[in-house]
Amino acid sequence: MAATSSSPSLVDTLFQRSLDDLIRALRSSSSSSVLEAAAIARALDEIRREIRSPDLDTKAVALQKLTYLASLHHLDMSWAAFHALELLPSPSLPHPRVAYLAASLSFHPSSTDLLPLATHQLRKHLAPSPSNTPALVAPALHLLALASSADLACHLASDLLPILSGPLRPKAIATALRAFAVCPDAAPVLFKPLVDCLSLSSEPRAVSAAVSAFCELALAAPDPSPYLPLAPEFYRLLVDSHNNWVLIKVLKIFARLAPLEPRLAVRIHDPVCHLLRRSPAKSLVFECIRTVLSSLSDHDAAVRLAVDKIKEFLASDDDPNLRYLGLQALAMLGPAYLWAVEESREVVIQSLNDTDTNIRHEALCLIMGMLCESNVVEICNLLIKYAMKSDPDFANEILDAVLATCGRNVYELIVDFDWYVSLLGEMARNPHCAKGDEIERQLVDIGLRVRDARPELVLVARDLLIDPAPLGNPFLCRVLSAAAWVSGEYVESSRNLLELVEALLQPRTNRLSSLVRAVYIQAVFKVVTFSFISFIKQIQAFDTKSSADRNAAFESENGVATADKAVIFDSIDNNETIKHESVSHLLDFVETTVGPLSECDDVEIQERARNVLGLIHIIRETRYWDIVAEHGLTRDKKISEIVELMEAAFSEELGPVSTNAQKRDTVPEGLILNENLSDLAEILGDIDVTPCTSILFSLRCHHPTETKEDSAPVIEPSSLLAEHRKRHGLYYLPTEKDEVESNDYPLASDPLLAVSHVDDAKDIVKLTAQSFIPRKAKPTKPRPVVIRLDEGDGVSRSGLTMVKEFKDDLLSGAIRNVLLGNESKPSSSRDMSSDRTSRRGENDASNNNDLFSQPKESNALDGRKHRKSSSRKSRHHARHKEKNGSPGNEDIEETSHRHSTRSSRHQGRHKHRQRGDAPPDVVSQEPVIQDFLL
Amino acid sequence: MVRLYPNRCQLVGSAFISGFLISLVRSFIHFVILISRQGKVRLTKWYSPYQQKERSTVIRELSGLILTRGPKLCNFVEWKGFKVVYASLYFCICIDPDDNELEILEIIHHFVEILDRYFGSVCELDLIFNFHKAYYILDEILIAGELQESSKKTVARLIAAQDSLVETAKEETGSISNMISQAM
Repeated sequence: MAATSSSPSLVDTLFQRSLDDLIRALRSSSSSSVLEAAAIARALDEIRREIRSPDLDTKAVALQKLTYLASLHHLDMSWAAFHALELLPSPSLPHPRVAYLAASLSFHPSSTDLLPLATHQLRKHLAPSPSNTPALVAPALHLLALASSADLACHLASDLLPILSGPLRPKAIATALRAFAVCPDAAPVLFKPLVDCLSLSSEPRAVSAAVSAFCELALAAPDPSPYLPLAPEFYRLLVDSHNNWVLIKVLKIFARLAPLEPRLAVRIHDPVCHLLRRSPAKSLVFECIRTVLSSLSDHDAAVRLAVDKIKEFLASDDDPNLRYLGLQALAMLGPAYLWAVEESREVVIQSLNDTDTNIRHEALCLIMGMLCESNVVEICNLLIKYAMKSDPDFANEILDAVLATCGRNVYELIVDFDWYVSLLGEMARNPHCAKGDEIERQLVDIGLRVRDARPELVLVARDLLIDPAPLGNPFLCRVLSAAAWVSGEYVESSRNLLELVEALLQPRTNRLSSLVRAVYIQAVFKVVTFSFISFIKQIQAFDTKSSADRNAAFESENGVATADKAVIFDSIDNNETIKHESVSHLLDFVETTVGPLSECDDVEIQERARNVLGLIHIIRETRYWDIVAEHGLTRDKKISEIVELMEAAFSEELGPVSTNAQKRDTVPEGLILNENLSDLAEILGDIDVTPCTSILFSLRCHHPTETKEDSAPVIEPSSLLAEHRKRHGLYYLPTEKDEVESNDYPLASDPLLAVSHVDDAKDIVKLTAQSFIPRKAKPTKPRPVVIRLDEGDGVSRSGLTMVKEFKDDLLSGAIRNVLLGNESKPSSSRDMSSDRTSRRGENDASNNNDLFSQPKESNALDGRKHRKSSSRKSRHHARHKEKNGSPGNEDIEETSHRHSTRSSRHQGRHKHRQRGDAPPDVVSQEPVIQDFLL
Repeated sequence: MVRLYPNRCQLVGSAFISGFLISLVRSFIHFVILISRQGKVRLTKWYSPYQQKERSTVIRELSGLILTRGPKLCNFVEWKGFKVVYASLYFCICIDPDDNELEILEIIHHFVEILDRYFGSVCELDLIFNFHKAYYILDEILIAGELQESSKKTVARLIAAQDSLVETAKEETGSISNMISQAM
C-alpha cells in the first residue's frame, strides 16, 4: 500500500475517480465543514498521486479535479503548474485544453516562473497550421493574455501577427493589448495590425475588439495625445456604427481625447446629442451623459439635454439602478450647474429615504457636494435632525459626511462658529453617534484655532458634561474628554464654576475610562487655580480701587445676573465674605470628592488627584484663609508668589501645531540625530530604575483596603449635588432646561418619531426649498479669525504621485512612434499640443469644414502649413533636408505625397505602413491628423 | 461637485497589492465571480492579478456585501474604490468606478442567456458539474477582461464546434483498451 501511495499504478488509472465523482462526494459531504474539509483533503491526496501518472488521461483528469478544487474551494494549485505544462504537448485535444484552463486560472504574471518553459509549445500552438484548431489556439491566446511576462510577450509578439489577420482576430487583439501592457517593446510590431482592424473593411467583431483595446490604452495612458491621430477613425465609428458596445467604447475614448483638442468636442457634439436623443439603450445613453458632462460641459444645449435625461433616470421609480446612476451623474455636474441639482432637488432629498443604502449614500454625497458658505447652516441642521431618525448606519454616515465637509480645509465653509460648535454638541447627542473621535478632534481644534468661538464652546461643553446620560456611552467618552479639556482650558469663559466642578466630579464619572477621567481631574485643577487667582486678583483690584483694571472676564459676568452665591465673580459690589465662602465651598467640595481618588489604582488618576489636593493644601496654608477681612494681608508676598506661579503655569495659550513644525526646528549644534544610543544602555544599566514603581506599590500596600473605597465616597458627592440642587433650585434652571431639551431628542426606538419617513422627507423637502440656492445674504457677523498655519495644515493635497509614469511613457512613446512615425524620444507630447494650438489660430477659418472630403483646394494651404509646423516636425524636416538638399524640393514632394494620401486615404495609409518608417512617409502621414483637427 | 475618485492609475496599482507587476493597461473587468445564494462560489475568473490569499479575501468580503442586500435594490455596490455589478443570483463583475455599470449589467445578462441557451435554462447544478464548460463559455465572451463576442449565436456555434472536436478526440483515445495498452 505504501508503495502504491507514492507512485501511481495501473489500479489508480483504472479506478480513478472522475471529476463528477469528486463533485458528488463533495456535495454529499457539504453539510458540515469538517466533513467537507476531510473530503477535500482526501481528494487532494489522490490528485497528488494521480497527477504524476505517466498516463496523460489520468494526469488530465487529476488536473481537472485540481482545477475544480482550486477555483471553487480556494486551494493553492501553484505546485501543479509543471504538471499542467506537461500536458500541453499532448496530441489529444482535450489534454492541452484542460492544461490551458488550469494554467489560465492559476497562473499569475508574477508568480509563475515556469511559463517560459512553455514558450516553444505556445509558439507551436499559435502557429498557423491545420492541426491548430480554434479550440486550441483560443485557450493559448487566453493564457498568454492573462499570465504572460514581459519576456514571453516579447518572444511571442511576432507569433501573434498571423492570428491578427485570421478568424481568431478579436481574441488576438485582446492578447496583443495585454502584450503591450507587460512589454512596451512589442508595440511597434503589434500596433499597426491593431490600427488596421479599425478600418471599414474589417469584420465587426474585430472592430469591436480593436475599439475596446484602444479604449483601454487611451484610458490608462496618463497622456492620451498619441491616440489623437486615430480620431477620424473613431469619429467614423461614432457616426456609422450601430453596435452599442462599440459606441460606448468610442465615447469613452472621445471623453479622454476631447479635452486635448477643443475642436474635437465641437465635432462630436452633434453625434453624441443624436445618440442621447435617439438611443433606446440606457447603457449607451448613460455613457453619452457621462461624455457630455465630462467633455462637452461648455456646450449648453448638450448639457441641457443630458440633464433632461438624468431627470428621466431619476424619475424611473421601478428601476433603482437608473435612480442610482442618475444621482451619480448629478454629482458629476459640479458647482457650475447648481441649477440642474436645484431642478431635481425634491428627488434628491427623497432619495435620502430610499430603501437602498447605496442610493441614500449617493444622495448624501450629492447634498454634501452642494454645500457652500451660505447654505451650510440650514442643510447641516436638517441633516443632523434627519440623522436622529434614521437607522444607525446611515446616521453615522451623515455625521461622518457633515464632519468631513465642515471640517474640510480648516473649516473653510464655516462662518458662524457658534452655530457649528453647538451643532457638534448636537451630533454627540445623536443616539447612534459613533463618531466621537472626530467630534473630539474638532472640538479641541476649534478651541485652539478660533478664539471667538471659545465662549460658546465652553457652553456646549458644559451642557455635555452636566448631562449624566452620555457618561455611560463608550462612543462618547472621547467627546466628553474634549468637553472636559475645553472647559478646563478656557475656564475664564465659564459662567458657573461650581456647577462645572460638580459636573466634572459627578459620581457617574467613575464609568469613564481612566484616561478620560484624568482629563476631568486635570480640568478641575485648572478650575481651582483659576478661581483662586481670580479671587485674589479681585481683592487686590478692590484694594487699589482701580476697578478699571479688572479682568474683562469679570465684567462680562456682570451682565449675566445669576445671583447665585456660588458664583464668585458676580460683581465687585457683592459682599466679599460671601465670595470667600463660595471659594472655600468650592475647595471643600473638590477636596472631599477628589480625596478618595488619590488612592486610586490608576496612576493617571492618582497623580492628577494628588496634584489637585496638593494645590488645595497650598492655598489653605496661606494665611489669607484665616483673616479675610484684613486687606493688608492680600499684599502678602507669599500669596502673590503663588498667584504668579499659577498664572505662569496656565497663561500661555496652547495653539495648533503645524505638521512641519519639527522640520523647521534647527538641530542644535553638536547633536547628532542619527547617533546610536546603544552606548547609553551600559551607563543606564547601573542605575536602578525600579524605585518609581516600588513607591507606587508601597503606597498601595499602605492602604490595602482603601483602594476599594474608590466607589464608596461616590455617594457623598451625589448627595451633595442633590442637596445643592435642592438648595439652589432656582439657579439650576438652565440645567433642567437642558435636560428637557435632551428629552426632545428622539430615541432610536421611539415609535412616534419613526412613524413615517416619507412625511419627514417631505418636511425636509419643504424646508430645504431655498437652501440649495446659494444666497449671497451677508452673514450677520463677520467670520472669526481661524488660525491657520502656513503649510501642512490639513490642506487637502491633490498631488498624486504617478509611479508608473516612466514605464507609461515608454508605452505611449512606442505607440506614438508607430502612429506618427516619430523616431525621436517620447517626450514631445507637450510640443505637439502646443504646436497644434498655435497652428489652429492661423487656419481655423479656412479649413473648419473640411473633414474627410474636398481635400484638393486646401492642398496649397497645407503646403504652407508644413513650413510652420511643429518643432518635432521641423526636426524631421531637418533630417529630410539633409537628404534632399533644397527645401523647395521637399515641399513639392510633400505636397504630392499629400495629394495621393488624400485622394485614396486608406490605400495610401496601407501603403505607407508597408513601406515602413522611412522619413518621407512620416511627413506625409502627419497631415492626416491635421485634416481632422482643422 | 465633481466626485474625486482615486486616480485611475492608482486604482489599477491598488489592484495589484502584491505589487509585482504594474500593468500599464488596465483590465476593463477585474474579475468575475459567481456566488450562490448560500455563499458558495461557483465560478471565479481573475483578469487582474490577485494572489491566492487576496482572492479568498475578495470573495469573502464581496459575498458578505452582496448576499446581505435585499431584493429590489440597485445592482451596484462600491467596494474598495471599485464598483461591483451583480445580477441574477450573484454573477458579480468588478470594474473601475468610471466604467459603465449598465454595460456590465448587459454583459451579465448576455452571459446568463448564453448559459441558458447552452444548458437549456441553466441551474446551479449545471454549473457545478460542468464547471469547465462554464469557463470555456465565459472565455468566448470575455478575454483578458474585454468583451469578445456580443452575438449569442456565434458563441453557441463556437462552443458547439469545440465540444464536437473534444468529443471526437476523446472517443479516439478514451476507450479502456486504449488506456490499458498505454499503461502497459
